[in-house]
Amino acid sequence: MIARSLSTRYLPLIATSGIFLVLFITASVLNEGFFSGRVIVNLLSDNAFLGIAAVGMTLVIFSGGIDLSVGSVIGFTSIFSATIIAGHGVHPAIAWIAAVILGALLGAAMGTLIHVFELPPFLVTLAGMFLARGSAFWLNTESVGISHPWYDGLSNFALSLGPIQVSAAALLLLATALAGYVVAHHTRFGRNLLAIGGSEQSALLMGLPVGAAKIAVYTVNSACAAFAGLVATLYTGSGNPSMGIGLELDAIAVVVIGGTLLTGGRGHLFGTVLGLLIFGTIQAAILFDGRLSSWWMRIVVGALLLVFILLQRLLVRGETRAGH
Amino acid sequence: MNPAESSRPRRPLSPLVWLCLGLTALVLWNVVSNPAFLAVTLRDGHVYGVPIDIFTQASRTMLVALGMTLVIATGGVDLSVGSVVAIAGAVCALTLGHGAGLPLTIAAAIAVGAAAGAVNGLLVARLAIQPIVATLILMVAGRGIAQLLSGGQVLIIADKSFEFLANGFVLGLPFAPLLVAALFLAAHLALRRSALGLFIEAAGDNETASRFAGLAAARIKWLVYVFSGACAGLAGVLTASNIRAADANRAGENAELDAIFAVVVGGTALTGGRFSILGTFLGALLIQTLATTMYYRGVPPAVAPVPKALLIVAVSLLQSEKLRNRISALWRKPRKVAA
Amino acid sequence: MANAPLLQLRGLTKRFLGVTALSAVDFTARAGEIHALLGENGAGKSTLIKVLTGIHVPDCGSIALSGQPIAPRSPKDAEAAGISTVYQEVNLIRALSVAENIALGRQPGRFGFLNWRAIRRHAREALARLEIECDVDAELGSLSIALQQMVAIARALDLRARLLVLDEPTASLDQKEVAELFKVMRRLRGEGLGIIFVTHFLDQVYAVCERITVLRNGQLVGEYPTAELPKLALVGKMLGREVADESGRAPAQSAPATNPAAGAAPPVLEARGLGRRHAVEGVDLALRRGEVTGLAGLLGSGRTETARLLFGVDRAESGEIRIHDRVVRLGSPRDAAQLGLGFCSEDRKSEGILPNLSVRENLIFALQAKRGAWHTLSRAEQTELCDRYIAALRIKTADAETPIKNLSGGNQQKVLLARWLATQPEVIILDEPTRGIDVGAKAEIEQLIARLRADGLAVLLISSEVEEIVRNCSHVLVLRERRPAGKIAGDEITPARLMQAMAGNA
Repeated sequence: MIARSLSTRYLPLIATSGIFLVLFITASVLNEGFFSGRVIVNLLSDNAFLGIAAVGMTLVIFSGGIDLSVGSVIGFTSIFSATIIAGHGVHPAIAWIAAVILGALLGAAMGTLIHVFELPPFLVTLAGMFLARGSAFWLNTESVGISHPWYDGLSNFALSLGPIQVSAAALLLLATALAGYVVAHHTRFGRNLLAIGGSEQSALLMGLPVGAAKIAVYTVNSACAAFAGLVATLYTGSGNPSMGIGLELDAIAVVVIGGTLLTGGRGHLFGTVLGLLIFGTIQAAILFDGRLSSWWMRIVVGALLLVFILLQRLLVRGETRAGH
Repeated sequence: MNPAESSRPRRPLSPLVWLCLGLTALVLWNVVSNPAFLAVTLRDGHVYGVPIDIFTQASRTMLVALGMTLVIATGGVDLSVGSVVAIAGAVCALTLGHGAGLPLTIAAAIAVGAAAGAVNGLLVARLAIQPIVATLILMVAGRGIAQLLSGGQVLIIADKSFEFLANGFVLGLPFAPLLVAALFLAAHLALRRSALGLFIEAAGDNETASRFAGLAAARIKWLVYVFSGACAGLAGVLTASNIRAADANRAGENAELDAIFAVVVGGTALTGGRFSILGTFLGALLIQTLATTMYYRGVPPAVAPVPKALLIVAVSLLQSEKLRNRISALWRKPRKVAA
Repeated sequence: MANAPLLQLRGLTKRFLGVTALSAVDFTARAGEIHALLGENGAGKSTLIKVLTGIHVPDCGSIALSGQPIAPRSPKDAEAAGISTVYQEVNLIRALSVAENIALGRQPGRFGFLNWRAIRRHAREALARLEIECDVDAELGSLSIALQQMVAIARALDLRARLLVLDEPTASLDQKEVAELFKVMRRLRGEGLGIIFVTHFLDQVYAVCERITVLRNGQLVGEYPTAELPKLALVGKMLGREVADESGRAPAQSAPATNPAAGAAPPVLEARGLGRRHAVEGVDLALRRGEVTGLAGLLGSGRTETARLLFGVDRAESGEIRIHDRVVRLGSPRDAAQLGLGFCSEDRKSEGILPNLSVRENLIFALQAKRGAWHTLSRAEQTELCDRYIAALRIKTADAETPIKNLSGGNQQKVLLARWLATQPEVIILDEPTRGIDVGAKAEIEQLIARLRADGLAVLLISSEVEEIVRNCSHVLVLRERRPAGKIAGDEITPARLMQAMAGNA
């Protein structure tokens, strides 16, 4: 019984780790020079904003919801911060705080619509997606460069770990992932989210604050997405209203490949980090190889999604059978 | 005559009335500021004008929304239609490139769309995977498949007969809207003259009860996804024909969103059950008119999603039973105190 | 001490949209006692429990716990006051660990961070109190239902509960597991806890309970010490009939005439040894033309489960079904319908009506489904069917285009009956056809059943109302605790005989 329970709980996570190892070793064998600490750090730097968005998305998916607006929120905060820094001379630190607050407000509004009026999350966040993207282009249709000593300092910052330089973006990703891990696995809020995703009805009967948790999780996620947009400006040195188009799908894929159940109630934040590494490895391997075309990325990610969704379906089905 | 038609006026009337009012108001607002808004002129034996543009541009959304209406009526949703549009476009470029004729090309694109829908339907109806989750897979992978087919390039299609599909005129009228209108009519007749419409509504209204009454509800659900895929396939043909190219990256971008919006604005509830094909038609028209209005107001096209988003939230709030209950509770409370 | 009233409910009343679910009910539970709360469908047990747990707010009446008035507004309120509930369909989170389920919502920790070690230790202690051995890190869903229930009880006790409500906890347990549960219940009783035990297994009531409260139709029938209430008398109280009443069929009602040839005729549908795990075992039934066969038994005796097997909703794991002496495989209701069966489910709302569709669409639906999508009934045929059945069954509706959800329960039931009659079935299964509908409509439904019989249908009538069975059936199979408990035919069918069989001391 113990073995069984361990297997259902950690099977997706084990599968994810296995896939990552196989992928990484294959890529290293096929491409000379692929295997290096630098490549792993680059995986993190290059996908920092996707990873930060995926951390927030993990929490939303834990609760049984979904948020399709994160890509647009990234676009909005990116151009918003660039516009007020470059155009209005606002200090970047203030711009960052303002951007995160704006993101959180949008998330709170969406969460309220979802919880109070019982509208489907995908519809509400689709509207949020249109709203944020439209507003981004309304601020500026072109990309805006940011040059500010504070920015240059941040983007040139790197932590030296022996021969490996860890960029600020990668550090911010790691910090977000760590914060996400603590929230998800070591606070009541995080456990309540999993409980709600497992069974909202039961969570209500157990006296958990369901409404507050649902509104809060969309708020936190949009704040995360806003932060991801800011990290993206750090990475590119500019704000762009079209940044992050379709990123919500990548974020969802990262979460699901990380072993989190897309219907909610089951998962681990560490899995999301692994999911990001898998995603990054595929991308890096395809770019590194040069013979493979970039569209294989989407096909492989889609195939992984299919495999994980089918795997989860089988697990859930086997479990309901065992329970009877 | 029609077994179901004359009984319909009772139900989706009020959403349809609201839709028509909204559409009329929008058009009036445009006419006031721009009297030429409704003007239609005849040039070279073809009609031109803003209304014609609206119909032409709305035709692809309408087509995708037609399939989406039935999927939503069963309580599902199909997020993969945008990707299917891209795949179908690539298929068109390939088959025409290999010298196939127009009928074969169109058939191939529709068949590929239907096959994609069959996969979605299998996941939803047989494996009981949530529709959003199931169709997300193809939404992600589909664009990659389209790029794979087109070799990652925008394939130019130089074929006069193919171009005609989206850009041609018949008896002075644009062909694409005519085709789509004919398909809507055909779908309406097929659904309402046969019992298919009833079966779809029953499966969406109460799947268990429909199964208990002897309906093969899973087969109905599978079929609507196939149909949705086929519609998206044909929409892919029109899209490729319109731009005379297969663009795996941009073709069908946001098609799923516009289609879902058209369906919801058209009065078909996301919870499934009753559907209105006419409502979807008008809903797509309303959304395109809104976009065109924004364009004439000088709003950059990229900003146009904002009013769309506000519209969809407003409409879903209006349809939300929760909100209605709250409002009626507010209404009742003071009365109670008075009594 | 043992007899101090722990919980006192006085004059509790609750109405839903004009339907009275509880009407001035008094109820007392004592510390250190196990108190059975019994009643058939619609008796008001679940409403009473929902009021206790704060899910429903009563319209009037008072609740007092240890003499202190309380007014729970949510499950959390109720738990804070000391009332904890464990439901049959364990309301915990299956994907989380045992320890977490016990702690959820009140995890120990500092500054909002959880102390996992304390959570696990706490869970181990809570389970040890019940003498349950189980890995606290195991995922709840991987445990048996019985263990899940123990975890739910551990969680409830952890809330410093003084009163534990067990809502049909034994419904999915086997005998060994039930014994295990009873051991725990007795231990808790010894600790001075008050326990309210809801069940429909009468033997279990006599095994562990000191007192019994019976509800019927939302009203209190009475409270009795278990030792002073024989089982047969208890069944009488639950069904609203005195045991002394041995009158049998009321003379005014003619015994249902059996079709003269019926006894000799081969059965249309025959079931032999039909069974399915956790549903029902060893059912033998023969349904003949022109006969109404009854399927009687208390709630939870396996009546509906039998109907589901006969109609292909669930697949039988043992036994066989023959139609016209040919063995058939029923994989779905669709198969059953094609073979000439019809089934009106007891759960009209979720398994019967298509709520937003019109009366006409609901009425023709089974026939249309049987014919397939392309052999459409013409508008004229549909209208003709509707007119005929609306008149024949006296369905009260503004017109055939009204959504069925706007009709009263009795009229919805008639439409569903018409839905199957329109398919011209050979066999029709009616599961509690008169439940939740008013008296006048009940009489009409019974007249209809008589007409179906006269028209040569084979009818299977499932009912928890003894009189209904007596009035309408010529053969009865009584089920008890998911097994056949007797076959009764002809004049032998009397309320007393039926109740004896249902109570298990025939």
